[in-house]
Amino acid sequence: MDQNEFIQLFAEQFDETEPDEFTPETEFRSLEEWDSMVALMIIAMVDEEYNVKISGDDIRNSNTISDLMKVVESKK
Amino acid sequence: MAFLEIPNVRIKGMAATLPANRKDNLTDPLVQDGEKILKNTGIQYRHVASETLCASDLCEDAAKRVLQGLGWEPESVDCLVFVRQTPDYILPATAVLLQDRLGLPTTSYAIDLAMGCSGYVFGLSNIAALMQTGSFKRGLLLVGDTISRTCSPNDKSTYPLFGDAGTATALEFDETAANLKFSFGTDGAGKDAIIIPDGGSRNPFTVDSLKEETIEEGIVRSKLQLVLDGMDVFSFGISKGPKSVKELAEHFELDLEKVDNFIFHQANLFMNEKIRKKLKIEEDKVPYCLQKFGNTSCATIPLTMISERAEILKNAEQTHVACGFGVGLSWASVYFETSKLVVSEIGFIN
Repeated sequence: MDQNEFIQLFAEQFDETEPDEFTPETEFRSLEEWDSMVALMIIAMVDEEYNVKISGDDIRNSNTISDLMKVVESKK
Repeated sequence: MAFLEIPNVRIKGMAATLPANRKDNLTDPLVQDGEKILKNTGIQYRHVASETLCASDLCEDAAKRVLQGLGWEPESVDCLVFVRQTPDYILPATAVLLQDRLGLPTTSYAIDLAMGCSGYVFGLSNIAALMQTGSFKRGLLLVGDTISRTCSPNDKSTYPLFGDAGTATALEFDETAANLKFSFGTDGAGKDAIIIPDGGSRNPFTVDSLKEETIEEGIVRSKLQLVLDGMDVFSFGISKGPKSVKELAEHFELDLEKVDNFIFHQANLFMNEKIRKKLKIEEDKVPYCLQKFGNTSCATIPLTMISERAEILKNAEQTHVACGFGVGLSWASVYFETSKLVVSEIGFIN
């Protein structure tokens, strides 16, 4: 899995947060724009782009984008 | 995936009844940011039952009107299946009460099915299976819930989404009817995604059941109220919804491009549109009544047909694929055909 591509796809689910704010270490659940709707967008993006089904717990248990990417990788 | 094909049963008529009391997410003081909810979920209005109005009352009204529309005497109905999550009592079964209230003969067959979002399709398979040999000539499939009464008014993850409705579908034994074609799936490992934890036999009601807990900001509820893990349900719905319809089409060699209507459980617009796009179905084949009625649990499929397709159901021959998915977890799809149904106007009662 390409990390830069994952981060770019992740960033695309946000309307207001600037794309350059997203790094592997970004604690995405602390972002001001983060809400349940963005979470659903992320689930849909992972489903569409990686054909992987992530759960609410997968999101709740991930602190950083890198954490979530590891979850997606492990389910591929 | 389980498949079933059932001959000899024809859908003859449909009716729906809603509580007259209507809430508007844009003006309801209990709803924060109603415009965002409308934009994301597609839900604005919800018809909400009072504390004295039960799902069985809504279904009773719908059933009476469908019988009247068809000119069927209650004595001519052989079987009744009531699909619900919100029965009148823990016991006896509400279907049995409905036999009496509707004036069906005491020789009739009546049973409850405790199913939610997938319940219309499961219920249709049950009543059709009962009727296919011709021992039962006429049947009533009553499907409805007062699910809003299970939601905490202080839970933003459920309160703005759910409305109440009761529906009636009348079926008749008919050897010329096109076969009903079903696919089903069940995954109890996902039970916690949509659940009312207390009040059954596993966690009996205690004083603690009434205690309100703050789960997170904007989500305060007791253990007698509905839990909905939006993320898990969404992840489940966008994967299982399309899969269920695809498996139905593959197994029965259906050409989905030739199907006139795709009636999905009305969960929320964002999820439903993901499902529609994954299946590459044109927008005008997928009706929605989410804005008018919200998510009405097991009643969404017949309610959407009545609300959005009444004229065409009354006047034309149509092919349909319906798909329900949710609580259980459980999912089911069906292919069926209709011809000149008797469809009553939506009724409202207090």
